[in-house]
Amino acid sequence: MITMNNVSKHYGSFQVLTECSTQVQKGEVIVVCGPSGSGKSTLIKVVNGLEPFQSGEIIVNGLSVGDPKTNLSKLRSMVGMVFQNFELFPHMSIIDNLCIAQTKVLHRTQEVARDKGLKLLERVGLSAQAAKFPGQLSGGQQQRVAIARALAMDPICMLFDEPTSALDPEMVNEVLDVMTELAREGMTMMCVTHEMGFAKRVASRVIFMDQGRIVEDDSKEAFFANPRSERAQQFLAKILHH
Amino acid sequence: MGYNWNWGVFLQPTASGGDTYLGWMIHGFKTTIALSLSAWLIALALGAVVGVLRTVPNKVLSGIATAYVEVFRNIPLLVQLFLWYFVMPELLPEKLGSAFKQSNPFVQQFLSSMVCLALFTSARVAEQVRSGINSLPPGQKNAGLAMGFTLSQTYRHVLLPMAVRLIVPPLTSEFLNIFKNSAVCSTIGLLELAAQGRQLVDYTAQPYESFIAVTLAYLLINVVVMFGMRWLEARVRVPGYIGGK
Amino acid sequence: MYEFDWSSIPNALPFLWDGMMISLQITATAVIIGIVWGTLLALMRLSPIKPLSWFAAGYVNLFRAVPLVMVLLWFFLIVPHLLESLFGFPRGSDMRLGSAMAGFALFEAAYYSEIMRAGIQSVPKGQMSAASALGMTYAQGMRLVVLPQAFRNMVPLLLTQGIILFQDTSLVYVSALADFFGAAYKVGDRDGRLVELLLFAGAVYFVICFTASRIVRHYQQKLKTA
Repeated sequence: MITMNNVSKHYGSFQVLTECSTQVQKGEVIVVCGPSGSGKSTLIKVVNGLEPFQSGEIIVNGLSVGDPKTNLSKLRSMVGMVFQNFELFPHMSIIDNLCIAQTKVLHRTQEVARDKGLKLLERVGLSAQAAKFPGQLSGGQQQRVAIARALAMDPICMLFDEPTSALDPEMVNEVLDVMTELAREGMTMMCVTHEMGFAKRVASRVIFMDQGRIVEDDSKEAFFANPRSERAQQFLAKILHH
Repeated sequence: MGYNWNWGVFLQPTASGGDTYLGWMIHGFKTTIALSLSAWLIALALGAVVGVLRTVPNKVLSGIATAYVEVFRNIPLLVQLFLWYFVMPELLPEKLGSAFKQSNPFVQQFLSSMVCLALFTSARVAEQVRSGINSLPPGQKNAGLAMGFTLSQTYRHVLLPMAVRLIVPPLTSEFLNIFKNSAVCSTIGLLELAAQGRQLVDYTAQPYESFIAVTLAYLLINVVVMFGMRWLEARVRVPGYIGGK
Repeated sequence: MYEFDWSSIPNALPFLWDGMMISLQITATAVIIGIVWGTLLALMRLSPIKPLSWFAAGYVNLFRAVPLVMVLLWFFLIVPHLLESLFGFPRGSDMRLGSAMAGFALFEAAYYSEIMRAGIQSVPKGQMSAASALGMTYAQGMRLVVLPQAFRNMVPLLLTQGIILFQDTSLVYVSALADFFGAAYKVGDRDGRLVELLLFAGAVYFVICFTASRIVRHYQQKLKTA
């Protein structure tokens, strides 16, 4: 579904990604972790072309992301993305947030979009909030809406960029629960997250990044039982012993 | 101090006959309103376009927009007005220039004033639009793009609706400014409010009454605009959003 | 097609230079008096003494509602009258430069006052509490702790307002005072070369204001990173 071959990216002389290669099969859940500044967010933002890259190749569902001839908007409409700061559109009601791209990008009718939106809101447990505005919801609720908004586009895969790190601790689980359920249903997912519990529960593979390189790319069992690199061992020691 | 107050002066017929001094004032008031509103509409449209262009990734377009803003911001309004009124007709193609110069003087003055105020203000509106867009969280643009919006759709549905709400308060002060700035147009002979006030001083020798009346008229415009914009601000307020309060 | 003839400019340069000095004089006086008087107005506006705060609010709102041209006309046409009748100034004495300076200073003070008010409010409330906790009076806290920080935060805005003020000095044209713009207009009118002189004046203003605003922006960036 997603193939990356030797992807490199730099801002000026600063190397953000160095020859990153990996593959994501349909139905896999990949957790990307690593210390801050390791390039993990950038790694998933190059997948839907939000960040340009200078060399290498990324193929998503048969489309080359770096190819100027590729219709990036169309590709992005097939790849759902959830952001650290939710990025709901503050001037639209919750239901409008779920409908706008369905009608303007996928050209669904207002009724179809609305039905779909309401169904997804029910699924994330927020039907009652449909008429409210993002600013009136808690962080955890907003992030669940953001997930529903991405799902409304019927994505072939989902990208999560630290979806719980801007949340108050008591709200983390409600978002992780939605993500876990999604994973169990067979959604292809790439998640940048520090939630190792989530990784242990649902990940098929774990990618560990350091200084712009993919240092480990292994099954979760192998990663947690026996990380090969010293950096990953240190990282796990720090993050798990708290 | 030996000054004879005479508020009745406004009801006296003018020296040239036919109208009262109050009629002159009302005429000037109408000209000020017509000039400011027409210039404001042009300024909003132009300013929105230029402001958006300043934020687009294309270097050539944003460069042109920046140059536009810098030119209109760094030359005094009075100089710009004289350039439009005295210089522009000379530099136009012969036919157009002489057609302009042969038109009714009021039309000449009004057109020059309108274009001048519109472009002068559009540069300021553009700056507000730009800073409104730039003050949105950068993730908003990404969120729009990630859902499959094109760049222009992202502007249309995501960035501009929020930016416009954020800039209503600063635009209020630009809107007030255009009425005040229109007084500068009295210098090329346009008989708007300030010019009528000055004319009244010459004709009636009652400077205090005329100036107080003109000043009150400007205050009235201010109050009306302020209430109007406050109403608008409340209308477009986004529930729960801090910037919308 | 219009044929340009720039020959009247070189000879007029000394006259134009004198005009520029008048523009700068008005700007400098108005900036200095405007900031001082504006700061006082801001303090009054924020003071707990109601009449002071009302006075400042009324002053600021009045001046901000009226066009600068009107204020200048008040000062050129009416204030001299007033001075003549109140203090027996000799009739017809030339008070135009003085009137211009006073008019600009009082007008700009209203704008500077709003900038300073925002500046004072930008200083965290805890600063005043800390000053009081150290035993300073309100006035000391303002003068030694709050105002210096407010000034530093507002320097770019105060300077930008100065640039706007410099552009606005061209409006003394309404009193026929020969500031830079007035001088340029007079020369152009006399020689029948208005087009060239106006273009020249526009270019000079642009170069000065553009350069000045660049310097302000540079300074602003330095302030931000510091």
